[in-house]
Amino acid sequence: MAVKIGVLAKQVLDPEMPMAAFRIDGDTKKVVPPPNIPPVVNGFDENAVEAALKIKDGQEATVTVISTGTAFALDVMKKPLSMGADELVLLQDDAFQNTIDSFLTAQLLAAAIRKLGGFDLIICGRQASDWDNAQVPLGVAEILGMACISLGKKVDVQDGKVRVERIIPDGYEVVEAPLPALVTVSNELGQPRYPTLRGIMAATRKKPTIWSAADLGLDASDSAPRITLRDLFVPVSDQECEIIEGEDAADSGRLLALKLREDKII
Amino acid sequence: MADGTGVLIIGDSSGGELASTTAELLAAGQKVASELGEELSVALLGDTLDAAAQQAIAHGAQKVYAVNHPLLAEYQIDLYLAALEALCKEISPQVVLIARTNEGRELGPRLAFRLGVGMAQDCLEVSVDASEKRLLANRPVYGGNAIAVVSCDQTPQIAAIRPKAYEPAEADPSRQGEVVSFPVDLNASQARTTVVDTVMEAAEGVKLEDARIVVSGGRGLGGPEPFAHLEELAKIVGGTVGASRAAVDSGWVPSSYQVGLTGKTITPDLYITVAISGASQHMAGCSGAKVIVAINKDAGANIFKEARYGVVGDWESVLPALTAAIRELTQA
Repeated sequence: MAVKIGVLAKQVLDPEMPMAAFRIDGDTKKVVPPPNIPPVVNGFDENAVEAALKIKDGQEATVTVISTGTAFALDVMKKPLSMGADELVLLQDDAFQNTIDSFLTAQLLAAAIRKLGGFDLIICGRQASDWDNAQVPLGVAEILGMACISLGKKVDVQDGKVRVERIIPDGYEVVEAPLPALVTVSNELGQPRYPTLRGIMAATRKKPTIWSAADLGLDASDSAPRITLRDLFVPVSDQECEIIEGEDAADSGRLLALKLREDKII
Repeated sequence: MADGTGVLIIGDSSGGELASTTAELLAAGQKVASELGEELSVALLGDTLDAAAQQAIAHGAQKVYAVNHPLLAEYQIDLYLAALEALCKEISPQVVLIARTNEGRELGPRLAFRLGVGMAQDCLEVSVDASEKRLLANRPVYGGNAIAVVSCDQTPQIAAIRPKAYEPAEADPSRQGEVVSFPVDLNASQARTTVVDTVMEAAEGVKLEDARIVVSGGRGLGGPEPFAHLEELAKIVGGTVGASRAAVDSGWVPSSYQVGLTGKTITPDLYITVAISGASQHMAGCSGAKVIVAINKDAGANIFKEARYGVVGDWESVLPALTAAIRELTQA
């Protein structure tokens, strides 16, 4: 039987944007999307797509990508399809604005996963590069009562079990869980594959499924926020750097050694 | 909405001793508890907790909840969660603090979801809002480009604190405290994940997190070979080699070398960066270093905004000269 895999992915501001382009609107406490720099699929989520596709490379599997937001750049969010995912489900509603509250986001995604009939395996990026909360996947696992393994760098499915190489501070451990399970993955999984031309063509023809809040039939009684954002600001560094300049680069290196010795740092 | 009582720290006593991250939480917790006028307690999970319980009290805990169970001897997420859920439901703490270690970063959020509350992840600082008596948590977001101040709307208010964000609380063996045994009912079948193997691949010598001097290399090194030069310098100064994520992603060094937001948090006395641009995601792991030195050929690199000393130049010229000079100076 084909393994039914779900991947949770988020559209984020490009984390590689120049620091000068990073701006916060103090009144709305929001980061202002820089003009002319398109959003991207969160990097760790691309690792999750890659993990799912690697499983699909070796056995029969379907890969469905699910995302929630208020305004999607369709060509950006179709990237997992062009990499080889089968389906894209976008939960899009003005009501889904509160993306800092992991509790609400996890509830939305769990509702969509239920509506899709559940998955054998859900793979997610370890955290999103905007709020760095690293909570939504764990919350989805809790809500759906799934076994959960975090920080994977290799994910295999065999005999109704998932086997994950899980990163620990000084190496990794191999962890197993019976399906259904949820796994979060990290960049150590390796570079996500590039979309092929055929993949890009196929993705253009695919239409995402788009669901609103009403489609998900969410229970309004449990939509109270869990987190309040009180302030958002850019930290200022008062560090002054002393540039050490010798006659040439090697001389600068020698002077640096002297400086560190003078300061008794070495 | 129940208000809850007390500040509960989720302690770590793996190996029988109180972890330094727990002593750090006690420093953060003492301040929060006194501002709230609440009791400070520590939860310890395991099968031999006596020594760690006394250490927790010496470091400032007024009460220790000893959750003794043979199934808690080793960390297993489902069993630890079940025990913590039972404890939190029984004692209804107002605030829960946990260290954002490998375990804490999954235990904290899952415990919060189980209790139906929000949590603040990876905080640098926690304080108390004087008027509302709510916990305020400062946490880096957008890879460290911004700081968000958040509060949790329900109780318990849960925060995971970044390791080394606080100095550990001082120990005072004359302190008195109460050890309360908290029995839990656990079953091995509750554990849904099984560790079948563990592979260690850290560099030899001093651990990165404990090193007094760290020499790290980045994308600008261009390959794995230059790390030999970094090793050489590290060896002379008794330090350890680290790396940026770019170097790890390129496969030049194992992931255990990675310093940064999703790697290790280090606070060495001296941090020498070689060909590292200093993106905020990297600085998130090393901003606690006492002195940062930058060697980079790009004068506009962000690392020069964060460093105490900088050399603008090609590492291939600077590093050998620096190494030779240090060898001469320290061995003279």
